[in-house]
Amino acid sequence: MANQALAARAAARPAVEINERQARLDLLVRRIGKIGLYINPIFAYFFLWAPIVVLIVFSFNDGGSVSTWQGFTTRWYENIFNNAIAAGTESARFTTENMLGAVRNSLIVGLSSTLLSTIIGTMVAISLVRGRFPGKRALDAVLYLPVVIPEITQAISLAIFFKVIFDFAEMQTGINATTGFGTIIIGHVAFCISYVTIVVRARLADMNPRLEEAARDLGANEWRTFWRITFPLILPGVLAGGLLAFTLSLDDFVVTFFNSGIGTSTLPLFVYGMLKTRVPPEINAISTLMLLASTALVAISLGMQGRGSRRA
Amino acid sequence: MASITRRRPGPKQSGFMLALPAILWLTLFFLLPVVIVFVVSFLSRGRGGAGELPFTLANYERVWDVFRPIIIDSVWVAFVTTVICLLVGYPLAFFISTRKDPRMRSFALFMIILPFWTNFLVRTYALQTILGREGIVNTVLLNLQLLSEPAQLLNTPEAVILGLVYGYLPFMVLPIYASVERFDFRFVEAAHDLGANDIRAFLRVVLPLTLPGVIAGFILVFIPTIGAFVTPDLLGGTRGIMIGNLIQQQFRGSGNQPLGSALSVVLMAMVMIALLVYIRFGDKER
Repeated sequence: MANQALAARAAARPAVEINERQARLDLLVRRIGKIGLYINPIFAYFFLWAPIVVLIVFSFNDGGSVSTWQGFTTRWYENIFNNAIAAGTESARFTTENMLGAVRNSLIVGLSSTLLSTIIGTMVAISLVRGRFPGKRALDAVLYLPVVIPEITQAISLAIFFKVIFDFAEMQTGINATTGFGTIIIGHVAFCISYVTIVVRARLADMNPRLEEAARDLGANEWRTFWRITFPLILPGVLAGGLLAFTLSLDDFVVTFFNSGIGTSTLPLFVYGMLKTRVPPEINAISTLMLLASTALVAISLGMQGRGSRRA
Repeated sequence: MASITRRRPGPKQSGFMLALPAILWLTLFFLLPVVIVFVVSFLSRGRGGAGELPFTLANYERVWDVFRPIIIDSVWVAFVTTVICLLVGYPLAFFISTRKDPRMRSFALFMIILPFWTNFLVRTYALQTILGREGIVNTVLLNLQLLSEPAQLLNTPEAVILGLVYGYLPFMVLPIYASVERFDFRFVEAAHDLGANDIRAFLRVVLPLTLPGVIAGFILVFIPTIGAFVTPDLLGGTRGIMIGNLIQQQFRGSGNQPLGSALSVVLMAMVMIALLVYIRFGDKER
């Protein structure tokens, strides 16, 4: 339609202003643009998905090759479930048992940091939207810093910080503290708070403050107003923020890498160890399972958000 | 608004106690550590690679003398990554936001975000296997007789750029999508009616009005890529090393923590400059 309009306009004003060659050129540009607008997404989606598809397909490949198809098998998955992965060195053994240990560690870290950061983040989001106190703007700016400061900087800052604290504690009291779950969780909460705050805050900003005023006018105190009015209304935001924190924590490698201790390595650390030393053929199967798990998590979170927005 | 709603006599200060846990946590476990890194970057290397008095500028001198090429390379890699993300991401975001069926639009967006939710290491590993000497790219090229021997694809700066584009493309697409979706296409019709062709209409109308999204995407891709550590570590080998790897090396075993801290401060400074540029030029809408 638009093409015809363009051609018609070109034809309507012949020779003088827009000559025919220019109009034809414009049409050509439009066609190329249209073709490009379809080729680009094809290329981009292929680029985003091909590596993942290859990974999944070759997790069913018989023989260890990652490029030549040698027949269908499920034995890598069976090995995982039968506790029969045999790879790695004396110092870093990649067994199912160790992997499950890493999954367990990831869940401990993920759930603790999610709980802490969701509570702290929701509280600060409320204070930023509804509260009034000196230094609010500064706090607002500081809250965005963990999002923009490079992860590696956060990771090594914390590592040095803990070392200084632990050395000091040892000198003063003789207690020999080391890095472990505590240090990992502290680091994860430090960056998760910001993300939770951003999500909850957006939800709060959408909420009508008169609902709270109405509750107070009807005689509810602050506490009752919060639990009966505010909290149910921002709950979808709180849950979405919590899920974001959980995924960020489960996915985090850099902060964990620099602040974990013996026996507290999480799943990303386990995978990294496998990639850096000898790659067992089971890794494609492990990756596929991780993919499945995170897809399930996304589905749950989208479902939750969808339900939340319909209610509001 | 404030003048319309009944002003209730309340305390001058409210909500501070709610903010207190976050203030304490961020001060203690974010700001204080950053300050410590800043201080350590001026210390000398002591026992076990830790910092020791006296104060010195030697770390920064060494960063300038020895590591300058790698820092420049890192900026270059981050810049090229961001430009490629922009060139791929803009038309992609444009395509997604101009789908007429809203279900199709959500689906197209979902297909961009889903890979981003899967573990970063797993995605990088997927690229590693594809680019490897016996990987699928080399195998296909050899079978098509386009190559006589496997090409060195892995452990190159190009592999790092590819990995970073792969990892951060959604960060470019999402903000651009948001601003193209808000764009009123009647402006384009108006431009056409005034005699502009497609190129002119794009350059003079569409691009300026979607520029906030482009700049936001630029910052969202540039900042994490310049400090990247995992991608160059797994895909770059020794030739694709970046500033993040340098920092990590100084903290491994008995490294040199003051030097690593100095590198970290330089990295932070570069990110801050990028942010200031964004605040100065990008965020005009607010």
